[in-house]
This record gives sequence, C-alpha cells and structure tokens, in this order.
Amino acid sequence: MDAVSYPSGVRGASHGRRLVILWLVISAIATPLAVIFLGREIPPGNASEQATEQVFDNQVLLGVATPVCVLVVLFLVYALVAFRARSAEVVDGPATRGDSGIQIAWVVVTTVTVLTLAGFGTYQLLQSGSGGGQGPTAAFLPSDHASAMDVQVIGQQWEWTFRYPTYGGVETPQLMLPEHTLIRLHVTSLDAVHSFWAYQLGVKADANPGEDNIVYVKTKGPTSFEIHCAELCGLFHGYMTDTGQVVPSAEFAGWIKQQQAYFAPVMRYLPPYSTTYLPDPQHRAG
Amino acid sequence: MEARTKKLVGVAFFVALAGVLIGFYVSGYLVGNTPPYTPPARQGAVPTVNLTLQTVAAVGPSLAPNHPDWVSYLVRSNGAWHRTTVWDLPAHALVHVTIYNFDGASGLRNPFLGRPQGLVGPEIVDGKPVAVFPPDQPSHTFAVPALGVLVPVAPVQDDEKNQCGYAPCAMSMAHHTIEFTFRTGKPGHYRWQCFVPCAAGFVYGFGGPMQTIGYMDGFLNVV
Amino acid sequence: MSVDPQATRPLWRRIVGFNAFAAVVLGIGGYYLGWYIGHHLDAVSLEYFADTDQNDVSVFLGYFFGVAGFLIGLGFLNYPFARLRGYPPSLREKETRGLGRYFGLCTDHKVVGIQYLVGIGLFFFIGGLNAMLIRVELLRPNEQVFPAGQYLTLVGMHGTMMMGIMSSAILGPFANYVVPLMIGARRMAFPRIESLTFWLLMAAGAILTTTIFFGGFPTGWTGYQPLNDQANAGMDSYIVFFSLVGLSMTLLGLNMIATIVTMRAPGLSWSRLPIFCWGVLSTATLMLLAAPVLIAVLSMAMLDRTAQTTFFIPSQGGSQYLYENLFWVFGHPEVYILALPGFAIVLELLPVFSRKPLWGYRLAVTGLLGVTLLSWLVWQHHLFVSGINSDLRPFYMLSTELISIPTGFTFLCGLMTIWRGQLRLTVPMLFCLAWFFNFLIGGLSGVFLSDVPSDVTTHGSFFSMAHFHYTIMGGLIFTFFAAIYYWIPKMTGFQLNERLGKIHFWSMFLAFNSTFAPLFAVGFLGQPRRVVTYPDHLQFLNDWVSVSAFVLGLSMLVFLGNFVYSLVFARIPAGANPWESRSLEWQLPSPVPVHDFDRIPVITGDPYDYGEAAPPTAVPAPAPAAGGG
Repeated sequence: MDAVSYPSGVRGASHGRRLVILWLVISAIATPLAVIFLGREIPPGNASEQATEQVFDNQVLLGVATPVCVLVVLFLVYALVAFRARSAEVVDGPATRGDSGIQIAWVVVTTVTVLTLAGFGTYQLLQSGSGGGQGPTAAFLPSDHASAMDVQVIGQQWEWTFRYPTYGGVETPQLMLPEHTLIRLHVTSLDAVHSFWAYQLGVKADANPGEDNIVYVKTKGPTSFEIHCAELCGLFHGYMTDTGQVVPSAEFAGWIKQQQAYFAPVMRYLPPYSTTYLPDPQHRAG
Repeated sequence: MEARTKKLVGVAFFVALAGVLIGFYVSGYLVGNTPPYTPPARQGAVPTVNLTLQTVAAVGPSLAPNHPDWVSYLVRSNGAWHRTTVWDLPAHALVHVTIYNFDGASGLRNPFLGRPQGLVGPEIVDGKPVAVFPPDQPSHTFAVPALGVLVPVAPVQDDEKNQCGYAPCAMSMAHHTIEFTFRTGKPGHYRWQCFVPCAAGFVYGFGGPMQTIGYMDGFLNVV
Repeated sequence: MSVDPQATRPLWRRIVGFNAFAAVVLGIGGYYLGWYIGHHLDAVSLEYFADTDQNDVSVFLGYFFGVAGFLIGLGFLNYPFARLRGYPPSLREKETRGLGRYFGLCTDHKVVGIQYLVGIGLFFFIGGLNAMLIRVELLRPNEQVFPAGQYLTLVGMHGTMMMGIMSSAILGPFANYVVPLMIGARRMAFPRIESLTFWLLMAAGAILTTTIFFGGFPTGWTGYQPLNDQANAGMDSYIVFFSLVGLSMTLLGLNMIATIVTMRAPGLSWSRLPIFCWGVLSTATLMLLAAPVLIAVLSMAMLDRTAQTTFFIPSQGGSQYLYENLFWVFGHPEVYILALPGFAIVLELLPVFSRKPLWGYRLAVTGLLGVTLLSWLVWQHHLFVSGINSDLRPFYMLSTELISIPTGFTFLCGLMTIWRGQLRLTVPMLFCLAWFFNFLIGGLSGVFLSDVPSDVTTHGSFFSMAHFHYTIMGGLIFTFFAAIYYWIPKMTGFQLNERLGKIHFWSMFLAFNSTFAPLFAVGFLGQPRRVVTYPDHLQFLNDWVSVSAFVLGLSMLVFLGNFVYSLVFARIPAGANPWESRSLEWQLPSPVPVHDFDRIPVITGDPYDYGEAAPPTAVPAPAPAAGGG
C-alpha cells in the first residue's frame, strides 16, 4: 500500500519541525513561569535550612518536568488534531517501523537528564541529609555538626514526647527549639513504627522501636510548625498531631527551666537518657 | 418476551445482590459505633459537668458479649453503668471526673506519663493529692493529649481481698477513687485514651481494647 | 442444534457435584472444622491468648481448612486422585457445556478469562466502594461517620483489595484469554493450574471481606510491623488473603512464562511475538519471582501471631526493618506488576487504531525488559526516611531515576506509533491515549519522590498517594478498560455500546484527574496518608476531591450499565474483526470456538504489518470439515 496523502496538506518532516518549534517556544515560556510562580509556592517553605533546600530541589525538578510534560501533551494534542482519520473507511498509515537516529537521541537525552538529576539530588543530600532520618550513624553531616544541640523525639501509641539531654534529660510534652541553632534530633519509638514529620521544618524520620534515627535540622527565626505522624501506627494515627515552636534563645532558656521545675517530681523515675528504650513489660503480667 | 423477562429477572438479581453487598458493607463498618453519652450540665458562670467512670479488668459478657475479657472504661448514667466512651461535653466547661478503679497495676511504657498534667487543681486519690506515680504503679491513664490532660489511675493491689471479676463492679469490691477536674476548651472533637499497656496478651499491651473505640479509647465531643 | 445432555438433567443433579456451590459449602464447613481444631489445640501456649478473646491459631486453621474445602468442592483433587488410582489422563473439565462451566473448575482458557473478568470486577467493585466510603469520611476534617478503627479498616481493605486482586487485572482475564490465541496455541501450558489461580483469588477476596467480623485490621495494605503483630484477629484475614494472592500470582506467572516460551506456533519467533505477549512475559517474571517473597514474609508474620516467634519484635531480637525490606522486595516489583501490563496494552492497541506498525519494536521490548530488571533494585526508596543505612540512599535514588529511561522507551515507541498515523478515536483508543497523560503525571511526580530531599516532605503524604493512583489507576485501570472495550467483542461476540463507552471514558478521565490532581497539593500542604482527621484549612481541597471521587464512582456505574445493556439486552453481533486488527486472535470467529484453532496456524510475520504490502500474518491451513481440531 502506498503512503497516504495528508488532508492537512502538510507533508513528511515538516510536521516534526513544526512540533519541535512549538515545543521549544512553549517550554521556553512555560518553564520559567512554572519555576518562578509555582516553584515559589512549593512547600515546605523557609522555616529551616533543610526546608529551603527542599524547596530549591523541588524548583529544579519542576524546571525539568515542565518541558517533558509540555512535550508529551503537545505531541498528543498535535497528533490528535493532525492525524485523525478523516474517512469512514479504514486507511493504513505509513509503514514506518523506527528510526535509529531518533531512538539513539532519545536514549542519550533521557540518560543524560536522569544521571544529571541523580547527581544533583546526591549533591543536595550530601549537605546535611536534607532533613530526612539517617539512622543511628548519619552519613551526611553538616559542617558544624559537632556543635549541634541534641533533642530526642519519642513516639509512642499515640503521642510524641521530647527529651533534652543537655538540660538534665528533662522530658516534655511539647517541642520547643531555639532559633538559629543546628539541632540533632534523635527519633525513636517505644512500640510501633511512627514517622516524625515536622512539616514546616522539612523534617521527616521514622520512629522505630529500639532504633535511633538521627536528623540534622538548622532552625532559622522564630516560628511555629505542625507535627504529624506520617506512618500508620494504629487507631489514633490521625490524631498524633502537635504544634512545635522555634523561639528566641532567651525564651527557650526560660521555658526549659519551667519544664524542669514542673516535671521535677517525675525525673527520678525516668530511665537515664539513652538513644533507645525498650521498656518492659512486653506483655502484661498475670 | 420470555427471553426478555428472563434477562430482566437476571439483571434484577444482580442489582439486588449489589444492593445487599453495599448494605452489608456500610452496616459492617457502622457496627461498633457506641451512642454518645451526654452528662447533664449545670449552668453558671462556668458550666460544670460531673462525669462518673469506672475502670474494670474484664468488661464481662453482659456489656460486651464478644469480648468479655477486655479491659474497659464504663460510664454511669441514671445510676447504671454503660460501656460507651464517646461523651458530649459543653465548651469551656469544668468537668469533675470521678473514676472508681477496680483494676490492678500494669505499669507505664514511658515513666514520664506518671506525672498528672493539665488539671485544674491536683489529682486526688482516695482523698489525698498525688503529684507523681512510680512507673510500675498506674493501672490506666485518662488522657486527652490535645487538651494536655493526663491522669494516671491508681491500682488495686494484687493482695487486696474481694477483687472484682466481671463488670459492672459493686462499690463494696476493692477499688480506688480518683477525682480531678479539667477544662474542656474550644469546641472540637478530642480523642481520649489510656497510655498504660493494659491490653493483656497483645504485643506491647496495645492491641484489642487499646485499639477499639468503646473500651480504652474514646472521644470528647465538645460543643 | 444438538441437544445438550447436561441441560436435560434434573436441577438437583446439576447442583450436586463439583462446582462453586459445593465449594462454598465445603469452604464454610472447612472453616468451622479448622476453627474447632484451633480451639482445642494445647500445643500453643494458652497464656498468650489469655484475656485477649482472640485465638489466631483457630482463625488461621479455619481459613486454611476453608480454602482446602473450597478447592476440594471445586474438584481440584479429582484429577490427582484419579491418576493415583490408575485412570488415564483426561481433560474432561474442558468438555463441560453451558453456563455451569463458569461456576466450576474449567480448563478452557477462554472460560477462565471470563471467570477472571467477572470475579475481578466484583472485588474491584468492593474495593471501589471502600474508596467511596473513605471519601465520605474525609468530607469533614473532624466529625466522624465511621469510628476511627473502622476507618483504618476501610483504608486497609481498599488498598489491599486493589493491590491484591488487581495485580491480575490484565493477566487474569486478558492474558489467559488472548495469549494462547495470539501465539497460536489451543490452551495454556498448565490448564488446571490456570483454573486454580482464579479460584485461589476468589477464595482470597472472600477471606479479606470477612475481616469485618474479626474487628478489621489497622495497618493499611503494607501491613507494617510490629503493628501487624499487635493487631486484632482481622489481621489474620489480611495475611491469609495476601498469601493466597501471592500463591495465585506465582502460579499465574509460571503458567504464562511456560506458555509463551514453549507453546508458540511454528514461525512465531521472538521478534514476531506480539508486544502484549512481551509485556505479559515481563509481568509474569516479576510475579513468579516477587510473590514468593510476600508469601515468605507473611508466613513469618503468621508465626509471630500464632507460635509467638518474634521475627519483627525488636525487644525480642526481631526487627521491623526485616519486614520492611522483605515486604518492599516484593512490593516494588509488585507496582510494576500493576504497571507493565498497562504498557503492553497501550503498545498493542495503538498500532491497531493508528493503522501503523508498532514503532521501534525492539526498543519497546528493551523498555519492558529494562523495567523488569531495574524494578528489583529500587525497593529502598520506600525507606528513605526509615533510618535504614543512609549511605545507600544515593544508590537507590539513582536506580529509581534510572527506571524512567526504559519507561521513556514505552513513551517514545507509543508516541511515534501514532505519529502520522490514521488515528481512529474509538473507546479503547481513547483509554490508551489517556494512559499517556496519566502515566506522564504519575511518572513525573515519581521523579519528585525519588529525589531524596524532595521525598522528605512528600513521603507518606497524600502526594505519594496521588502519585501511585496516577500510575496504578491511571496506568492500569485505564488500560484495563481499554482491554475490556477492545476484547469484549472477541470474548462475547457482542459489541459494547460506543456512545455509552465515550460517556464512560470522558466522565472517568475528567473525574479521575479532578480527584487526584488536587491530592498532590493536599500532600504538599502537609496531610499525611491514612488519617481520619486533618487541618481545617485543607477542607476545601478535600471536599473537592471527595465530590470528584463520587463522580468517578458514578462513571464506573456508567460502564456497568453499558456492560449489562450491551451484553444482555442489545446483543449486537460484533463480527469476527470489528477493529480490522491484523493480530492473530482477530482472525478467529467471535466468540472463539471451544477448540480455538481448527489447525494450528503458521506464522509468517509480526501482527503489525499495517500499510505494508505483506502477506497475511498467518497462513491458515485449508478449512477443515465440521468437527475438526
């Protein structure tokens, strides 16, 4: 069967040329718009250095994703308009079975893009772990990690409590952090797997029983942040929410004194500070 | 015509089957919803509510035919004990709670929770204020984390005479009386729960009654 | 018209025998037998069950005996026993005529395909109903329609049902029906195993629905430990369900591989194999190798819950990471078990409706095989914030992003196939074109999730939930419907109504996007998955999603209406080849005769020779006299 003539009157390669030009033009307009306007709105915001890093990552990914999205959608729309069969009877299209040039170009371009993205992601991750839980031995350390302030996050069904080892191991029901400080969060659990998600700080780390999960986060100015549980942990998973605060250092010092005073009676019963706790009883006796 | 009737009957059968499935499903999920209990409120400058509870080691076949051995909270309404843990309370009200605890000690997974918190005034056990419980002592806790309320419940010792078997327990049986007051705050839907791993036999003591509304967990509908 | 001997038998004689009715009776009987034995076992420590009102041993034994009774009732033991007693081999199951063959063990691959379609449709309906109920609950940030525990059960059942049953959504109905026809075989390699995979799936689905009677399960479809060990007896239903699904998938995969490797007609070389068969082969490989891992990990969970082993309890020497790793070693290939058949359907159907050969056949095959291989190397991206060894994170980020290369091959080949074609926008074609858009969004959001810094916020949020609904619902369910609209005329001999089909497509496509696109925003704005309550400021978005979801549900009813109307009332004959496809299965009459091919065809080319002055794909042997084969 011969190649068919096109009702639109456009022949051969000029369809391809037209598509590529359209793609370049639309991408050149859409990508900066997406990155600047949409990218700015992308959470989690700027409450911590890690959150800012994540926003930057998302902007870069958005910049890469936009032209890809434009290409496929444009291709579909163009094909639907230009190549729709117009006769009721069934006519065959041209018997093209491939084009090694296009195939090689596609493989090269996608591979380079993917490797670049993976390299970029790795570089970003190396800075400080990007606010993700890194387990007991963190591989991605911020440069000033030696001076970080330790705070322990203890998950249990269904509540978060917090311990401050540098303040006598006092335990509190609220999370307060001093501003402009590098914090080393130690996330652990007493029972099921939880996930500590301090949304505005860009922090997420699973709370595992018997495991210490370390997160580095550097706070900025005073703010408040939502805390959620991001791993299904049973009946009240959805209610394991809380509000934490980043406050000026003086206010933090006052608050921690207050906590030490109020919880003094229970201090003698607390186990010594440790990275993990495996309390008894596992099963109720008797 | 014959074939058409057959078809209609066939389709009607499948529609009915689908209807039964849907009904089965929705009702399946709705069972277990205990009706809420609304204690009478005294109006005044600050509305006040009295809530009388008992905690029992085994709820018994009369109150829970499927799970007679589960621990549970019960609430007193019109002089009788009911197994419902969803309570309607007025906003910005003072709630005086009296808990009669008939259950033994289980101990806390996190000793920190031995300190009563978020109350108006102290926690009173058998007429005496208590500031902290050793971690092996609490039998249960009554806690509303969103309101900051946490009340450990004093246990009945194992060697006490006349222990309660199945609920509801009579006041002549060994028990402790815990009294405290808290403020309800803004209208909302607050969960309350027990933090003591008191669900016997389950891993970490936190299965079964600890994960089923109507036993050791519930809601305060503050309106 | 010959008189059917089966139809003249009295009613009671037709009911009594080895069929679904006997299977249900023996299944329920078996359950109670197992339950009784479980209650009288002294071997298990009674202390463990003290005061729990829960005896997992008896629940498990009940399910196992129930499944055994179910299979015996269907007659799965008849053949082995007959062989043991020295009777000659027989394929008698295939000879059954009439409607009865759909309610029993039947070794006709066409009957199994239709059984699968209806059976899977039933459980798809239940899973969808769960989703509707979830969205009812999420209309309000706080008030509860369902108690908190029941809500988690809804979430778990929706996820588990969809992931478990719909794993076979394409391979069950369509590969079973079409693959033998495409490769010129008269049956699958293991016909009795083929039937077994279907009935195991039905037993599994029924067992999962019974979780309601045991208090449901709180873990979602992932069944994370130690919550799993801690849960009510409803968890046992989940474990047995997924184990049976795993067994079904393993056998299904094995059967598909054996069939495609060994039973191709003369002349059907690997380079002429329809791309759908390549997709089935890739999926089957994943099923065969991944599902046993699931069975293994769930067996460990079962031992934890019954014999009090402590595989997953950290304070007793176990580890929740063990569960997470093993589960996702299955779980990540599993999501490609769901996605790959969609790729295959799209690539198979596009040439038919573009009237062009498949563009870049070898590249397309490479893409399918590349995904199959890479899907084994990415599972820890589900554990990026779990606290597992952080050194490995760059590797898993790389391997995850590498998957977009072979996936891109599918896009390139698909898009270039429609380029300069003669596009006919039939209903199956519309569903295939929608796949491009849905999977594009799903794939691009997947890049965000694979990038560790971005994943920290999106992990475990509604963003990831929207992502996998775009890839699975947008990738699998859309192509599932494409396959239904495409092959139903072949399977039943009747057309599906085109106008209702288009209403179905457009309502489903728009409602689907309107449901899941806002969920990306919901996740980015901080709503974790599987929560029963959420911040007040997210209510508008959630309500929007819920209403869209209800419309999506209604669009499914449009399909159901079309299905019933077209096949029961209208019954317009479709003809042998309504799409004028060049593929081998369309060269047979519709519906396909019992023995498929009168003579095994000789294959002389691939099925994509549109626009080529080529000889017909298959050279049929001279038409035999009646009763051939």
